[in-house]
Amino acid sequence: MKKILIVDDEPNIVMSLEYTFKKKNYDVFIARDGGEALEIAEENVPDVVLLDIMMPNVDGYETLRQIKQNDKLKHTKVVFLSAKNKATDIEKGLEMGADKYLTKPFSVKKLVEEINELLE
Amino acid sequence: MNNYLLISIIIVYLAFLFLVAFWAEKNSKSKWVNNPYIYVLSLAVYCSAWTYYGSVGIASRSGINFLTTYLGPVISLPLWILVMRKIIRVSKQHKISSIADFISLRYGNNRFLGALVAIICVFAIVPYISLQLKAISETFEIITDETSYVSTTILDDSTFYIAVLLAIFVAFFGTQATDASQRRKGIMTTVAVESILKLTFFLVVGIYVTFYLFDGTTDIYRRASQLDNFKEITSFNGLEAGFNWMFMIMLSFFAIFLLPRQFHVAVVENDRERYLKKAIWLFPLYLLLFNVFVIFIAWGGNLSMTGNVNHDYYTLLLPLQNNNLILAMLVFLGGFSAVISMVVVSTLALSTMVSNNLVIPYGFLDKFIKGNPEKNANYIKNIRRISIFSLIIIAYFFYVKFSYELSLFSIGLISFVVIAQLAPSFFIGLFWNRGSAKAAKTGMIIGVLVVVYTLILPFIVNGLIGDSSFVDEGLLGVEMLKPYALFGIDFLSLEAHAFFWSMFLNTFSFLIVSLLSKGNYRERNYAEMFVNSSNYANLQEGAFVWKGEAYVSDIRNVLTRFLGEERTERALNLFNIKYGVSKEEEMADARLINFSEKLLTGSIGGASAKILISSVAKEQPVSLIEVLKILEESKETIAVNKALKEKSDELTLLTDQLREANEELLLQDRLKDEFLDTVAHELKTPITSIKAASEVLTTDGDDMPDELRDRFLDNIVIDADRLTRLIHNILDLEKLSSGREQLEIQLNQIDKTIKKSISGIQQLASKKGVKVVHQNESEFNAKYDEDRMLQVLTNLLSNALKFTEPEKGMITVAAEEQEHLILVVVQDNGKGIPKEDMNHIFDKFYQSKHQNIKKPVGSGLGLAISKKIIESHRGEIWVDKKYKKGARFVFTIPKN
Repeated sequence: MKKILIVDDEPNIVMSLEYTFKKKNYDVFIARDGGEALEIAEENVPDVVLLDIMMPNVDGYETLRQIKQNDKLKHTKVVFLSAKNKATDIEKGLEMGADKYLTKPFSVKKLVEEINELLE
Repeated sequence: MNNYLLISIIIVYLAFLFLVAFWAEKNSKSKWVNNPYIYVLSLAVYCSAWTYYGSVGIASRSGINFLTTYLGPVISLPLWILVMRKIIRVSKQHKISSIADFISLRYGNNRFLGALVAIICVFAIVPYISLQLKAISETFEIITDETSYVSTTILDDSTFYIAVLLAIFVAFFGTQATDASQRRKGIMTTVAVESILKLTFFLVVGIYVTFYLFDGTTDIYRRASQLDNFKEITSFNGLEAGFNWMFMIMLSFFAIFLLPRQFHVAVVENDRERYLKKAIWLFPLYLLLFNVFVIFIAWGGNLSMTGNVNHDYYTLLLPLQNNNLILAMLVFLGGFSAVISMVVVSTLALSTMVSNNLVIPYGFLDKFIKGNPEKNANYIKNIRRISIFSLIIIAYFFYVKFSYELSLFSIGLISFVVIAQLAPSFFIGLFWNRGSAKAAKTGMIIGVLVVVYTLILPFIVNGLIGDSSFVDEGLLGVEMLKPYALFGIDFLSLEAHAFFWSMFLNTFSFLIVSLLSKGNYRERNYAEMFVNSSNYANLQEGAFVWKGEAYVSDIRNVLTRFLGEERTERALNLFNIKYGVSKEEEMADARLINFSEKLLTGSIGGASAKILISSVAKEQPVSLIEVLKILEESKETIAVNKALKEKSDELTLLTDQLREANEELLLQDRLKDEFLDTVAHELKTPITSIKAASEVLTTDGDDMPDELRDRFLDNIVIDADRLTRLIHNILDLEKLSSGREQLEIQLNQIDKTIKKSISGIQQLASKKGVKVVHQNESEFNAKYDEDRMLQVLTNLLSNALKFTEPEKGMITVAAEEQEHLILVVVQDNGKGIPKEDMNHIFDKFYQSKHQNIKKPVGSGLGLAISKKIIESHRGEIWVDKKYKKGARFVFTIPKN
């Protein structure tokens, strides 16, 4: 079973994503900010992390940086899910080492497809 | 008292003065040495032995005449702010070190005039110094009771040794620097200390005589009024006496400016102009104190002393008569102090004049041109030291030879009358630019000759030779030429008579010669700089007109001989920077010539400086008209430059303002961008949530349990509401910001509004178990838009509710009426606002980093909107940073 970590401070968005990925037989973990995400990732080593950027305390960029530094997580894929949709924002995210960058509002169906593709 | 004991006391006292001077030189930056009081007390060098002993003598013989000597200075002091300030400014600007330099510079750096002033000063002051020595000697005799003993040779006369010690003191502390225009902190501090001592001891003996020997002032008066000559010495003898008084007051009025020692302490040693402000009231007070007891001591002496005693020394004789040796000793030391300070400052001032205006310009310049800097500095110092010793020795011999015949008072007055001959060229020259060097010389010489004829010659012929025909019948038997009653004026005292005629003829010839002959261009140039000093103050060296050829290297060579390589280099660098002159410049201009002259003036005097510089510069005469034209032009240039600078400053200011405006616009632009970004982000969040939930429901809606489906549907509704609220708030804020919102301002009761806001939130609060309290209920009215005010209050209350703990929370609302405004406080006992958030909580979309991870309900616009609302009511809203028990928001609105 693939492990997915969903990181977002909006509980309603998380709820939809959680439901969708559970349905697709993912082992789903949830974090409400970067700090929590890093703890869970360290412990469970997810295959993919869905990461919001604008969050309280530790933001998405910082979380990505720390994941990239962690040897344990070198196979973990990271997908940014953000409302920041300017070309410069997307470029920055990818440059920092994210595997995909999807802008909000996103299509759930498309998101699932992208994740599947990423994990094959 | 034992001879040797007294000598020991004198030596200890002198050693103490040396120590004070030494300490002051070492701590010359200390505020004990640099303050207006030292300045004022050093002015009191005016009170010499003449004041200390002589006043009593005069008072005992001729009543209150002694007061004239002090009335002149007291009358002159209010003028100091005007006149003395001008003299000080000019002197500092030109590095003037004596009154001879001052007068000679005013008349175009005239060498002869400087020398003439120096000679007049020596002529007037040396006898005056001998009188001071006489006072020491006589008081010494009184204290040691040596009346029978008359010293036969110099070597067993203690006065001689005291004179030599004083010379050493002046030579040591007076010639520390070659530049005579520099301050002598050591000497000035001792003079100030001595001024305190002499006044204190004089007051002590005054009180002793008045209240101890007699029964207070009325007692003395009553008993003195029974003496034979009382009426004579206390009444004012008609018009003639009035003239005498007037002339005597004028005399002392001049003396306070012109006496070399007064010029020295008041001008050369002045550190700051503002000291004058203290001087104009403190110095008269000092003089007043000194004169309070004079008349009582005099009467007391007249009552107690019989036989042939010197009235001048009542202050010593009275304590001695009552066997109060210690008091007599103190009085002696006070008088000694008065003598020392007068002798020290006078010789210091005279020696500077003798060296800078007499010896150096008339004999030593050639030597200096050949010498090296150290040698030259030593030469200059040695010339001064030799002058100091010579002056004191001459004064000593004068005392030995002549002084038995004269009293302190008469020699003092003669000295004043001679010095007063400087007055016309000094005072008139300060305010009238026509006064010329030739006129100054003529006036002074005529004045001095008149004094010699009316005062000194008769004294010599009559007093020393014993031929009374000159005095009684006049020169060659001509009635009109009787020395004491020139042209039939016979009602004045000797001194007033001499003063009147000398001053009249001096002033008259000064004015006539000035009007008849114009001075040369150099004189006129300096006259302008002195008379209109305030006009030329900012021109500085530029106010000096000079045409000719001179090489910078030659001038540098001359300067080096006196200042040494290093100081010359530094001075020239300063000059180049000040006037933006290139270092490579080969030819000197007028400014450099004037600058260099000034540099040398302090060391060798103005006249010598001019001669030295002109020895390396080929000067072309300039016509008077040209001088005035050039001066006018430089003044105009300065004015134009000033106007240009003002314009340029204005432009700079405008540019700055433009730049600021531009930056402000850019900032606004950036803020707007950021705002739009944030708005977009905030809008996208609920949309994302709605979209995701809808998709889930579309695909799986039929298969999922009802309960879960309802939750997704609920989420959609909540987020839709959130979206609506957000849009509403954004539009609201936009309306308030742009000022398109019309407030419905009406007279309302703030307490009613508060009650409404509380009841709006009451339900939520009770659910959470939080208490909301309305404090200090009272009825007062204010004009505001009630709906908007409710919005603010509700926002503050719901924020408070959000951040207080369930069941423990407590929110207080209170309104308070102040003079022009209403102040409303909303406070809670929650966790408070973190320090780093304090300054940002009113920003749009600012969300604290410390907020719960669970996103609180709210658009992030509540406080921003509240702030806008309060501001549009012309009120203020802020967080009370000092409140620590929770959060405390305060806002004010004006009543009207």
